[in-house]
Amino acid sequence: MPLKQMEGSRAVAETVAMCRPGVIPAYPISPQTHIVEALSELVRTGDLAPCEYVNVESEFAAMSVAIGASATGARTYTATASQGLLFMVEALYNASGLGLPIVMTVANRAIGAPINIWNDHSDSMSQRDSGWLQLYAETNQEAADLHVQAFRLAEQLSLPVMVCMDGFILTHAFERVELPTQEQVDAFLPAFEPRQLLDPAEPVSIGAMVGPEAFTEVRYLMHAKQMMALDAIPAVAAEFTAAFGRESGGLLRSYRAEDAETIVVALGSVLGTIEDVIDELRDDGVSIGAVAVKCFRPWPYDEIRAALTGAKRVVVIEKAFAVGAGGIVGQNVRLALSGLTPRVYDVVAGLGGRPITKASLRRLFGEARADALGRLTFLDLDTDLVARELERMGADRRSGPHAENMLRDVGTVAAGPV
Amino acid sequence: MFQVRIHGRGGQGVVTAAELLALAAFLEERHAQAFPSFGSERTGAPVVAFCRIDDREIRVREPIMEPDGLIVQDPTLLHQVDVFGGMKPGGSILINTGRSLAELGLAEFAGGFKVLTVPATELAREHVGRPLPNAALLGGFAAMTGAVALDSVTTAISARFPDAVARGNAAAATAAHAHVLRQLEGERDAA
Repeated sequence: MPLKQMEGSRAVAETVAMCRPGVIPAYPISPQTHIVEALSELVRTGDLAPCEYVNVESEFAAMSVAIGASATGARTYTATASQGLLFMVEALYNASGLGLPIVMTVANRAIGAPINIWNDHSDSMSQRDSGWLQLYAETNQEAADLHVQAFRLAEQLSLPVMVCMDGFILTHAFERVELPTQEQVDAFLPAFEPRQLLDPAEPVSIGAMVGPEAFTEVRYLMHAKQMMALDAIPAVAAEFTAAFGRESGGLLRSYRAEDAETIVVALGSVLGTIEDVIDELRDDGVSIGAVAVKCFRPWPYDEIRAALTGAKRVVVIEKAFAVGAGGIVGQNVRLALSGLTPRVYDVVAGLGGRPITKASLRRLFGEARADALGRLTFLDLDTDLVARELERMGADRRSGPHAENMLRDVGTVAAGPV
Repeated sequence: MFQVRIHGRGGQGVVTAAELLALAAFLEERHAQAFPSFGSERTGAPVVAFCRIDDREIRVREPIMEPDGLIVQDPTLLHQVDVFGGMKPGGSILINTGRSLAELGLAEFAGGFKVLTVPATELAREHVGRPLPNAALLGGFAAMTGAVALDSVTTAISARFPDAVARGNAAAATAAHAHVLRQLEGERDAA
């Protein structure tokens, strides 16, 4: 297999092309743009053929065209991020409700307001209940590999799959990736045999209105298929390892966690930084490990419970949160641990592209080990900046827009009264 | 691990420089990770890119805050951005300029670091026909730090650019490499 030094987006595009999608409807949005640009180029040059690349007018159109294409039996791929994912939400639910095996990359990015192009998980986490499978990549190698597995899983289960990779941090990182060969992908990924097909020769309709007599049962089937995915995902990952000689995907991965008193749970590219810190702390004799959540939907309830059972405390680091409630992954971890003893600390970190540094993690893990954390922590929160805005709000009814006020406080030029 | 931060302006090939450096290291069978600073990149705006090089897998994803090496593609940034922020004591700084450190007002600053200059924009004009200093600076940086070999830099350049552009940039990198070696020899003779 050719080992290359390349951009993450390029690795994903070339791997997706090897999966031979028949239709790619796409609309560019940072930080996903390089992926669909590269695919449009591969279609134009004939390197990816036959493939219909459709420049659509919006993300809503992208997902709508994907639904139509998939229903005609075409292997269908698209990619998006942030506001683009939100703009296609209505169609997302239709894709999953109809059981169409579309594969989509989400190059994770924050959601506005305030507008922000940088990485966090607010976009894909907002769609955790949309009925799509959600796989999270730790590295560009895994991001590329997960797409091959995603098409297998989607078509096997007749469910759409989101492959989530950290925007910029992975999509724009230029690092070594071992790309599969076309022969390997062809051997791993058989031709798409649709369970349902819009075919003029054998007409059917797809998308019936369903009343109270069967709506619950059709929706229950979506859940049942996601539960089947809990078996299919590790099986496909194991097959992938056998075929490609490296481990990628699965439900979760433990790192030095077997005997650890403190276990850190996280998703995506931050795990690399976390593992470096864990190695340093282990050298100092600290009992700490990590569990990487590779699959967030379906939620691997039993596997998470088994992986965390022996811990004294669990620190869940997540790049999104449920406003007004707390951690999202944290809530799911608590659910998996119900009846067990580990304390669970939710830590919201890396919002809107704020770097998650080794220094901050070392400090955080120190506080966790002393059980000095509250239930919900915002890593590196500038409390003075928040206090100043609260003070303005208390002092003046017309205190103005938060974002502009706070940007002036930190010295960044913002639009506003001059 | 050897960590490099590159400062320049949008349009100067800052991100490309970090990627070329990573590719050069990869060609030497080392692990490398290049990434941009993820800003809204506009022509002329200050841009930062990073490159890590190591003999083992690189897992960390934080920005490089304490670089071992620094490349400054545009000396006017010295007055605008904290380009030396976090620089490790004894680290290597290569600045694109035809002027001396004294003329840049850096003669005294140089104390804690190794600082060299190379007229990369002029070399690029001469060899490439365009004022794009990034490839030339990598040649100079290879000579200054030994982080990668000149051969690896020129091979990376050939892999990245079309033939004529690659030849020009490789020649600029080679010239900058020689320029830096002459400076280093000059320093040794003076010492």
